[in-house]
Amino acid sequence: MVEPPDLTIRAAAEALRAGTITSSGLLDAVLDQASRTEAELHSYLTIDREGATAAAEAADIAFSRGEDRGLLQGIPVAVKDNMVTNGVETTAGSQVLSGYVPPYDATAVARLRTAGAVIVGKANLDEFAMGSSTENSAYGPTRNPWNTDRVPGGSSGGAAASVAAGSALASLGSDTGGSIRQPASLCGVVGMKPTYGLVSRYGLIAFASSLDQIGPIARTVDDAVTVLEAIAGHDPLDATSYRGQLPEFRAGIGRGVDGMRVGVVRELSGEGIDADVLAAFEKTLERLRGAGAKVVDASLPSTSYALSCYYLIAPAECSANLARFDGVRYGNRVDGDTVEEMMGRTRRSGFGPEVTRRVLLGTYALSAGYYDAFYGQAQRVRTLVSRDFASAYEHVDVLVSPTSPTTAFELGARTQDPLSMYMSDVCTIPTNLSGDPSISVPVGLDGEGLPIGFQVMAPALGEPVLFQAAAEIERLSDFEPLRAAEAGA
Amino acid sequence: MPIDIDIAYVARLARIDLSGEELARFGSQLGVILEHAAKVQDLPTGDVPPTAHPLSMVNSFRPDEVRPSLERSVVLDQAPASEDGYFRVPPALET
Repeated sequence: MVEPPDLTIRAAAEALRAGTITSSGLLDAVLDQASRTEAELHSYLTIDREGATAAAEAADIAFSRGEDRGLLQGIPVAVKDNMVTNGVETTAGSQVLSGYVPPYDATAVARLRTAGAVIVGKANLDEFAMGSSTENSAYGPTRNPWNTDRVPGGSSGGAAASVAAGSALASLGSDTGGSIRQPASLCGVVGMKPTYGLVSRYGLIAFASSLDQIGPIARTVDDAVTVLEAIAGHDPLDATSYRGQLPEFRAGIGRGVDGMRVGVVRELSGEGIDADVLAAFEKTLERLRGAGAKVVDASLPSTSYALSCYYLIAPAECSANLARFDGVRYGNRVDGDTVEEMMGRTRRSGFGPEVTRRVLLGTYALSAGYYDAFYGQAQRVRTLVSRDFASAYEHVDVLVSPTSPTTAFELGARTQDPLSMYMSDVCTIPTNLSGDPSISVPVGLDGEGLPIGFQVMAPALGEPVLFQAAAEIERLSDFEPLRAAEAGA
Repeated sequence: MPIDIDIAYVARLARIDLSGEELARFGSQLGVILEHAAKVQDLPTGDVPPTAHPLSMVNSFRPDEVRPSLERSVVLDQAPASEDGYFRVPPALET
């Protein structure tokens, strides 16, 4: 018997339509699970009990009238707290925004509501999505539901942990350098970064605008597609939103991988990757071969520069984007005698150490005399990374690598050494630079029982082949998701 | 070699009012991160054009039509201080 908090969206949607559960009952089960585990896990910053209850009741009324807006109707989901929600506090994990109640919804949030989803609350994150462990949240860390001594990854750590723990059936995360895929990997769930521009960024509190993308975290590839279908599509409120025809996301699912050309990225699949992670990776490659895939060697030579490139481009964009938190229009203010003194004090007290570090780094990389040597050069390297991907896709359909070099590490293990924390994203950053879609699928456990993720990458708008490969990897794997009853033990 | 930067000048540009101890700590951390980031300079890029953005789109226009926006009072409610329909800040110029 599958307990309600363990249901996939697909199974819950069937039960809702068969009348064996109600949306209100499903929400109660999820809220009960949250009240049992949240004191330990802290995956939510805000639980909107009132709003969620009203949305679940509305979904039940819709079902009773025969109104059906699709698979998400009546499904409890979490939203990372860097997406604004009308009337519900949105902090981005930062002190500078504590108490901020937005007067509008992000487009992705509005689309979830239109699809009938029940928004349970706002998930914890590294401050302004800057981090790989959720330890940079100004409101305290989230813990990994598989082992509470470990981090859930980040920055969408709360969004991944809530899905793994059964306090949401799916969630929205955002991914600038791996912030959906890496926590999904560490929490044993599916996390997907869509092609840049596919999901509107309107109402996503900007970190690095040319890299940020909203995407789904779910228990299965099928559920991730269901969430993506609800949130993707052109939005006139985001000038970088993709205007063309959307791909048929499900076109390849169930077709297997017979004859598919799978390129193993040499630079991301050897040195620096933990032995257990590599073993699970190799085992998955073996299964793909067994299912008829042509697994070949692939090389992205410039990716060895991708991490350096990213840690110039992302901070440069962040330093510009976070200029808006100056104590004038929203958020908190620390007073001063002049406007400059007020801004300096506001930002000193409002930003945590990692955000301060990145704003300073970006300010330096953009300052007169250093611009060409750092930011300008990083942008040229970005072109080379994209060209490497384009050359590789002349020979293969998808590229693969581990999602994260390690499984979940202990809280505090990397907080004193920023560079070691940055290495957590070495496998995920390249597709943020290229703008291509990528996904993490859980494929096994390490010797300590911690989940291991497998990353699939595809060319821009290649979501159909991405999901085709990911669904088959999921089917071939013997990975068992965490049961809600075991979460946070 | 970690890169030596004028951290007090950078903090001033970024409008973050840091103490002497914080400046020293961030200065040395940034030096180490920049030493790693400077690796991008090892890659010959010659006449490779820069990528500012993953999409090749240039301009994205919408019809120039007047549409409703948020109420002024709703927006000002979010501000730390406002007066007569404006955001209120301390003096920007010496009087």
